[in-house]
Amino acid sequence: MSPIVKKKPEKYKMPAKYVLLIITFVCSLTMLITFGANVIKGPINGVVGVTIVPFQEGISSMGRWIGKRRDEIVQIRTLLDENARLKDQVALLTEENTVLQQDKYELHKLQALFKLDEQYNKYEKVGARIIARDSGNWYASFVIDKGTKDGLDVDMNVIADGGLVGRITTVGPNWARVTSIISDDSNVSGMTLATEDNLIVSGDLKEMADGCITFTKLVDSQNKVAVGDKIVTSNISDKFLPNILIGYISEIKRDSNNLTKSGLLLPVVDFEHLSEVLVITDKKQTIEAME
Amino acid sequence: MLRKSIVALYIFICFVLQCTLFQSISFAGIVPNLLLILTASFGFMRGEKEGIFIGFICGLLSDIFFGNMIGFYALILTYIGFINGKFYRIFYPEDIKLPLALILSSDLTYGIICYILTFMLRGKFQFGYYLIHIILPEMLYTIIASLAVYPVALLLNRFIERLEGKEAYKFV
Repeated sequence: MSPIVKKKPEKYKMPAKYVLLIITFVCSLTMLITFGANVIKGPINGVVGVTIVPFQEGISSMGRWIGKRRDEIVQIRTLLDENARLKDQVALLTEENTVLQQDKYELHKLQALFKLDEQYNKYEKVGARIIARDSGNWYASFVIDKGTKDGLDVDMNVIADGGLVGRITTVGPNWARVTSIISDDSNVSGMTLATEDNLIVSGDLKEMADGCITFTKLVDSQNKVAVGDKIVTSNISDKFLPNILIGYISEIKRDSNNLTKSGLLLPVVDFEHLSEVLVITDKKQTIEAME
Repeated sequence: MLRKSIVALYIFICFVLQCTLFQSISFAGIVPNLLLILTASFGFMRGEKEGIFIGFICGLLSDIFFGNMIGFYALILTYIGFINGKFYRIFYPEDIKLPLALILSSDLTYGIICYILTFMLRGKFQFGYYLIHIILPEMLYTIIASLAVYPVALLLNRFIERLEGKEAYKFV
């Protein structure tokens, strides 16, 4: 036996700064790759779909249940007062109803003119439930409990309450991320329904607190667009199907360039209390798809 | 192995809670940043390397679900974990002031970096508005949440250390 005791070689430990360097490099690379294309997202989305999504589903349904019970307790007290008040209102409303019946007739006539209801019904739709919301405070996106297994795909439009919610930006086998139109990084090409003037609807974190979104680049040379006008998705958008209602103009002002107008619009969807959405599984036909 | 799986479970629970339960009890639409609390606290409790790894995993989770590209939040949180790891030497479990100050300043840094990289570069220059309405409320809420999340992480760390210590003792 040799007198030299053979020492076990010490396990090599990488210093923290090298680890940091490697991770920085890896992150920069993946950022570059995934900035434009969804290359490596497929398998990762599959993995988190199996591991995390089921828990999000479970806990968010529990949260909904708690929220509902809390609402019930609060409501019982107010319900008694409300009941008395509502009885008075019923009388008032019956009268109003007769007036509205007449309006409805007119509405049908106008709707036929716009061919709006026909447009909405012919799309194939899938219902989905919101199971998680953005973990940060800067953007407004959420995760729904349906994915490629249910026929969903990136860029499909999402609606609720008869208005536009957003579009799918990431999809996994059993989940999908929806970027809502109030999110600061969202831009939608829209148009005014009455005059068919095009404009850009962009989400804004600043206006989100008031429940508004901004619109810009409205060319309204004839000065016909007014507060209260309906804004729908435009037919030149390549991600959004045409004629989905976005909201109503609530504020309008002329830009300093004197050519375009911008302002605020009130979305029809109540983004604060959204729990179920409809995904339109028809996609906008693009030129590449046609070829 | 045991440490890794317990910490992974804790990260997992915090992430799921942050994007489900905390969303329904948010004040004025602001949610606390649990993942940042985790990253920072494991950074100064366990050193630079653990801070780096936990930051990377936490960031990756939010990237996969809510990021436009993979690696963005992962990189920010990795650096936050690393910098907090620098304070490992002067950290004592009995002292609550240093952890809270570190978490608070980490969240401020995180908010400012997020603002600069994703808002200022898109031409949104009203820093004052975003500071008052997003960054400061998030800091406040995060520090309240860290009063619950940080002690759990501390106890967890102590618990694992004791387990590991016992095992090591057994094999001597």
